[in-house]
Amino acid sequence: MGFIIDGILEAVHLIVTLDPDVMEITALSLAVSLTATVIATLIAVPFGAAIQFNDFPGKKVLIQVIQTLYSLPTVIVGLLLFLLLTRHGPLGFLGILFTPQAMILAQMILILPIMTGLTITALSGVDATIRDTILSLGATRLQFLRHVVREARFAILGAVALGFGRAISEVGAAILIGGNIYGRTRVLTTAISLNTSQWNIGSSIALGIILLGIALVVNTVVTIYQQR
Amino acid sequence: MIELRHVAKNFGEKVVLTDVNATIRDGEIFAIIGPSGSGKSTLLRLINLLDTPSGGEILLDGAAIHAERVSALAFRRRMAMVFQKPAAFNESVYDNIAIGLRMRHVPEAEIREKITAALEVIGLSGYEMRKAKTLSGGEMQRVAIARAVVTDPVVLLLDEPTANLDPVATEAIEDLVVRINREMNQTVVLSTHDMLQGQRLAHRIGVLMDGVFAQIGTPREVFAMPKNRHVARFVGIENIIEGTVRENRDGVAAIAAGGVTIAAVTPLAPGTKVCACIKPEDITIHLADGTGISARNVLSGRVTGVKAYGPLNHLTIDCGIPFTALITWKSAEDLGIRVGKAVKISFKASAVHVVEE
Repeated sequence: MGFIIDGILEAVHLIVTLDPDVMEITALSLAVSLTATVIATLIAVPFGAAIQFNDFPGKKVLIQVIQTLYSLPTVIVGLLLFLLLTRHGPLGFLGILFTPQAMILAQMILILPIMTGLTITALSGVDATIRDTILSLGATRLQFLRHVVREARFAILGAVALGFGRAISEVGAAILIGGNIYGRTRVLTTAISLNTSQWNIGSSIALGIILLGIALVVNTVVTIYQQR
Repeated sequence: MIELRHVAKNFGEKVVLTDVNATIRDGEIFAIIGPSGSGKSTLLRLINLLDTPSGGEILLDGAAIHAERVSALAFRRRMAMVFQKPAAFNESVYDNIAIGLRMRHVPEAEIREKITAALEVIGLSGYEMRKAKTLSGGEMQRVAIARAVVTDPVVLLLDEPTANLDPVATEAIEDLVVRINREMNQTVVLSTHDMLQGQRLAHRIGVLMDGVFAQIGTPREVFAMPKNRHVARFVGIENIIEGTVRENRDGVAAIAAGGVTIAAVTPLAPGTKVCACIKPEDITIHLADGTGISARNVLSGRVTGVKAYGPLNHLTIDCGIPFTALITWKSAEDLGIRVGKAVKISFKASAVHVVEE
């Protein structure tokens, strides 16, 4: 039992003293996952709006496929990207395997379906009278989309927060695509995985606390904004 | 001016409008009344280009609005519509009213001026920064009207604007509509299933039934002289009696109906099958031994039902054929009206409105 207490004490020490390794890993995690989330948002919101407000054959099937991909396993994304990006793979010439860029790409692909799907849900939740009112007020196609998205902003923000949560907490793709290279591609989840296997309990707990703390902060900010 | 020419609309198999014709004049309040599901909202949505007609055309100041898809937005921006369900954007009251103006890229200083004036008109001055979602249904609907009116529409379309509101909020909306029409000379097309609201607000009423305007006229015309039995029934005339004209002398006909003869003012010739429409409030109640009644129609019967009806009593009387009549509480008490009481009823020949069957 003592090793758990010792681990927690060491974790607190690492966090309070702003241990350089811990800080660097945290910073990279935030940078990779935030970037992936921002890019995914810029794609998912227009894409979701395009699906929601256009009628085309196969629309229902497409939405079903997107919803199925909510539970896309992270290691599958990692494996597919690895095969594409490895030196002899079709995209090997890019030379980005085991870089933060590749990790951003992996996380973005991972969260794109859930963010698109939840954007569709958010937009379809906008009251029909509000949609009619926007049109009736003389909106152009673009103005219409802008106002509906704006009206659904709280629900879309929920989708963004969920996407970010999935991105920063996944480990399968990060380890396959990033390679968990010290000082280059080591993020919170891969570091916890490695430290635990090496019996560095203190470091693992510290990184775990930070990961939870990030989730708490994101959730709090979103809640405050939604209730404002 | 809006002209509706042979407007038709069906949603798949379901035919909503078959042949709607009307001309809505500048500066008038035109009420579309009709039972639920008669296509009132559909017609307004067609005018606002939210739906496309299956047939016919709609002209705004002489130009067919559905003719070309590219001009739809320009036509729509000349109109404004308020919907049945009070709906506010998740923004401040100010931003709610500003939306249509911002879509038209009106300078912000001008928007501010217009909104201040509009809030004054709707009685919500000082509400600029309030969250619109926290307003009551009636206030939200007034904001919706302001949001529509600030865009200076050629025509303001109101789709059952008070259907979801309580009586006090309804009165506020009605006052506002009348005021906007009078002071700003705003043309208003309003739909309602409340015929009394149509009567209170409208210069002219169109009764929409079975996909066509069964009648268009002033409230007086529609309520006093309904064109057929369906309109008569809808505008609240409860005594609609089928019969045949037996004879006609100098424009006063004798109509045989189920064993009684009803005298009525009508030019219709003997032999015509007709419906005699008599408003309950035009029927006078007398005691059974009543004498010296000047009205042309005096019938004996028995009271079969007494119901409270606002400040009045609503009576059903069996005179061989059933009649309904309205009398005040006081009269009912003085005459000792109760179920089973033998009474006479009377009504003037001129109170009978006769339509051809």
